[in-house]
Amino acid sequence: MPTYQLSVNGESRTVNVSEDTPLLWVLRDHLDLVGTKYGCGIAQCGACTVHLDGQAVRSCSLTMASLEGKNITTIEGLSKDGEHPVQVAWKEVDVPQCGYCQAGQIMTASAFLANNSNPTEEEIKDAMHGNICRCASYTRIYKAVEIAATKIS
Amino acid sequence: MSKENKSQGLSRRSFMKASSLAGGGMLIGFNLFNSCKPDAQPPVDLANLKYNDFNAFIQIADNGAVTIYSPNPEIGQGVKTAMPMIIAEELDVAWKDVYVKQGILDTKNYTRQVAGGSQSIRFGWDPLRRTGATARQMLVNAAAEKWGVDPSECNTNAGIITNSKGEKLGYGEVVKEAALMDIPEDVTLKKVKDYTIIGTEIPNVDLDNIITGKPLFGLDYKSENMVIASVLRPPAFGQKLESFDDTDTRALEGVIEVIRFEDKIAVLAKDTWTAMKGKKALKASWTEDSRLESSSDHHRILQGLLDGNKFETLRADGNIKKAFSQADKVLERTYESPFLPHNCLEPMNFYADVTDTKIHLVGPIQTPEGTAKHIAGLLEREEGDVHLEMTRMGGGFGRRLYGDFAVEAALISNLAKKPVKVVFSREDDMSDGIYRPSIKYRIKAAIKDGELTGYHLKEASINSNMYGLIPNFFPAGAVENYQVDVAKYDSNITTGAWRAPYTNFLAFAEQSFFDELAEEMNVDKIKLRLDLLQKVKGTSDERIQYSPERMEIVINTAVEKSGWGKQPDGVYQGFVNYYCHNSHVAEVADVVLENNIPVVKKITCVVDCGIVVNPLGALNQIEGGVIDGVGHSMYGDFTFENGSPTATNFDRYRLIRMKEAPVVETHLIQNTHSPTGLGEPTLPPAGGAIANAFKAATGKRLYQQPFNNYPELLRAPEKEIIG
Repeated sequence: MPTYQLSVNGESRTVNVSEDTPLLWVLRDHLDLVGTKYGCGIAQCGACTVHLDGQAVRSCSLTMASLEGKNITTIEGLSKDGEHPVQVAWKEVDVPQCGYCQAGQIMTASAFLANNSNPTEEEIKDAMHGNICRCASYTRIYKAVEIAATKIS
Repeated sequence: MSKENKSQGLSRRSFMKASSLAGGGMLIGFNLFNSCKPDAQPPVDLANLKYNDFNAFIQIADNGAVTIYSPNPEIGQGVKTAMPMIIAEELDVAWKDVYVKQGILDTKNYTRQVAGGSQSIRFGWDPLRRTGATARQMLVNAAAEKWGVDPSECNTNAGIITNSKGEKLGYGEVVKEAALMDIPEDVTLKKVKDYTIIGTEIPNVDLDNIITGKPLFGLDYKSENMVIASVLRPPAFGQKLESFDDTDTRALEGVIEVIRFEDKIAVLAKDTWTAMKGKKALKASWTEDSRLESSSDHHRILQGLLDGNKFETLRADGNIKKAFSQADKVLERTYESPFLPHNCLEPMNFYADVTDTKIHLVGPIQTPEGTAKHIAGLLEREEGDVHLEMTRMGGGFGRRLYGDFAVEAALISNLAKKPVKVVFSREDDMSDGIYRPSIKYRIKAAIKDGELTGYHLKEASINSNMYGLIPNFFPAGAVENYQVDVAKYDSNITTGAWRAPYTNFLAFAEQSFFDELAEEMNVDKIKLRLDLLQKVKGTSDERIQYSPERMEIVINTAVEKSGWGKQPDGVYQGFVNYYCHNSHVAEVADVVLENNIPVVKKITCVVDCGIVVNPLGALNQIEGGVIDGVGHSMYGDFTFENGSPTATNFDRYRLIRMKEAPVVETHLIQNTHSPTGLGEPTLPPAGGAIANAFKAATGKRLYQQPFNNYPELLRAPEKEIIG
């Protein structure tokens, strides 16, 4: 199997996987970073969201060839100990129910707020619309993004 | 203030036992739902904490730190936080000194450890309080003996015991002696007004781990030498495996083994992607062993059942025939629902390591006990060989009541002689489901002299009918001539419980019907409901569990808080009140027209679930339940064509998302009734509330779910609906 050099959470990692292996499964199965979740495998639910050079992307639909020279950040690398303003806001609001989608929600929100720290209601809802929460904790997700924005701006 | 502040019920002797721990401190084992064996003793070593004779434990360390091993499975309903809160309250410790661990299940001698039916808190309320209070009393008794005073002269506060002389001892300082004390038979429970933990806002105990992406879920579990199994199952219900060719699969690098079991083929690989790819490369041929059914068949069959006379009568009051023959007016309507998949965001998965000496199971399951027993039986092993660990669950909604995925893991591991984790793809999850059955309701009402004199509810369902309590829900007891009849069709499509079984659709049918009934009778919609409730007051019918008094309060509060009838121009409202899972709920939907399309803006939700243990968690459950109810009644569309579902992933199956989620304004009724269910009861009313509001907004009455399938009314590109 081919060898790939990836930059994940500031570290250089080497993996031997088939070229069609999605980043999601490389993270989960080969690098032991299981915070990034599998939900649908077709970029529809957002549970697998990570940052690629700061942009929110669906790791289930990214293959190795597209990742060379890019910086990948996962939920494990977003902050050292959960102190990123988005994570802090998530704690303040007590967002999760089952919690499965929340890493993806947090990764989407943090990339969005990094580019727009003073968003309107419409902009927050647009940004978060791609992430499914099956427990429907949407009111709290919205509130947490709003609070996180005040911490960032 | 609570009237019942004395402990009652089970004897303390059979309900809990305390012992000193080898490593220091005290361990109290207790049983939530049944008495343990008279000779049962808690282990003296924490490493041996196996839940054989007890199903939950409190550990108090020498330094006073309290660890509560929470017994029930956590599916996002918050019991891992709320159940320990109840113990901590009566134990009288500070919540900051409490550490919560998920209990492990060992099935030997073990009963009831289930997440389902919104009953964990309701059933746990008394035993959890008694456990905490009994432990507290033993600590007090130990301190009193040390001081040579009567225990009645002692007080506790946040883990500190004091006496009238002003002396102080921490729990940790008397824990060794307390462990050896007799278990008190009679303890005093706190009064509601003295609560310091119950009723306060406590964040989810797993919050830090969730937001930092720690491994918590079944899909995150790993063990050494574990392989992943991706399973090819018959693509249609009614098919069985004839033959297969696995040449291409075996040629893939990383594929370890291909195993046939039952009518399925498991591809084992070192990693998930390879296993999934290997499954796709299989070439299988299937034969029909029973009819391949389609939703059009079900529609016709259920319609036939409603029109026919093969019913079982679940409740009959008065004389329904006479009521209809003497009626001035009869209103009859039929309501139709589709199948629904659960779509837990964490797809089904389970880990099994079957060896000659043990069966080790790990994963997300709502019914660990039944699943473990079932697997022991299938593999012809002793139940004591099974060791099951529950992980946090990425949603349950009823799907994880069924252990089919755990059984598969055990069977494969048994054949492969390897530790195996079965992982469903989303497509597997949606097409090998245990679905909410498609159901039709027909409701018929007799009106005479402006009164509702007869009410006849018929259910035609697939595989199973409503459970026995439902026929006694409203309007049972309120209408003199009342009957509930059910009929079913046995299908080869697997069906089962889905969040708030039956009521998740029945509430919409019934409450839409009452809306229309009020219009037919030309009476106020709220007054019709309140007048009927008056007739239930003082009923001697013990089958009726809903309280007309509590429902009345809920209705009046919803009227007031939602501004019912006083809404601004352009806002259209729909009202529903409903009782299920022992809780009383009313919801008012506010709908506006955007580009002539009705849009749900807000739901006002009033809930009486008795004492609210954790308001922070409760509001989350309520909001989630309401939005889930809105989402599935709007978009939940699931059909079968020749035995196969027509949608198998989120590109074709629509779940509610951020922009469609209405604002939820919750009002909790404050009282001192014992807590009742909360994970489910706010879901059923939502569909009816928005249907009634859509009628107000557009004049169009809806009879089928999902509402988004009404083309002339509702279907519009997502963007337009959002406005």
